Amino acid sequence: MAKLNTDKIQKEFEKQYLREKPLDFVVGDTVDISYKITEGEKSRIQKFRGIVIAMKGSGAKQTFMVRKMSQGIGVERIFPVNSPNITDVKVIKHAKVRRSKIYYMRDRTGKAASKVN
Amino acid sequence: MKGLIGKKVGMNQMFDDKGNVIPVTLISLGPCVVMDIKTMEKSNYSALKLCYEEQKEQRIKKPLLGQFKKAKITPTKTVKEIRFSSDKEIEQYNIGDKIDISIFEENKPVKVTGITKGKGFAGVMKRWNFKGAPASHGAHENHRSAGSVGAGTDPGRVVPGKKMPGHMGNAKMTVKNLQLMKIDAENNIIAVKGAIPGCTKSLVIVRQD
Repeated sequence: MAKLNTDKIQKEFEKQYLREKPLDFVVGDTVDISYKITEGEKSRIQKFRGIVIAMKGSGAKQTFMVRKMSQGIGVERIFPVNSPNITDVKVIKHAKVRRSKIYYMRDRTGKAASKVN
Repeated sequence: MKGLIGKKVGMNQMFDDKGNVIPVTLISLGPCVVMDIKTMEKSNYSALKLCYEEQKEQRIKKPLLGQFKKAKITPTKTVKEIRFSSDKEIEQYNIGDKIDISIFEENKPVKVTGITKGKGFAGVMKRWNFKGAPASHGAHENHRSAGSVGAGTDPGRVVPGKKMPGHMGNAKMTVKNLQLMKIDAENNIIAVKGAIPGCTKSLVIVRQD
């Protein structure tokens, strides 16, 4: 019997949960996420618009964090990239940033908090 | 109760129908070859002797090699007996048969048996989840101690079974009622919800009713 290649098995397993069409955005982008929410029998699409401030992990386990200002209060949400509930992600605005995690957005207030640069 | 021998691959995650993330452990299972059949009549219990992972002939001890030759199967690293509840369940198998993952059913609980990771000589906080001693308020040099181990002159001894420091882990352990989330018959892989004992590539036995 061949040696157990755990890495290969893990990658093979993750393959079935990967998105057919990869999401196309980078950290710093302002995105509009359509997220399917199921309440009992009914399901509806909820929109979440904000700035992508971090991406973590790889493969099927990858997640991204979106931050938005809601009535002056910062709201952050983490989505799994490969979640079947994410129906669409639209890039509203692209912004070039020099960090892979732009946590400094958390310290900003007022108008600066809603835009990267 | 039916079972197979396999190896732990490691943990991963998957999405269910609702899109929830579910933590799973991947296990590479079987295929196993039947070496011997134990029946009520012959041995007073029902079991199958299963062989897992092929091995070169020169690496097997001679007494065991004789058993392989008698059953006319290729020698393997591991030979384990798996108990069945009655003779009826093992009627269908003959010596030399290959059993693969298809005997399991999805979305039903399984039991996973393995050897836990060794923790060495562990204190009471790690081994028995004791609270330890206060961090401050005059406490010193005994923050992780067990405290009192019993009463005074009466009974004048420590009760048997008192939880104390000692060797932890590296012991056989069974986790029951783990949901079998997915079966990949092609690659002989199953995904079980939650964690299982042991390190990656350690031997496990998966059983299902």
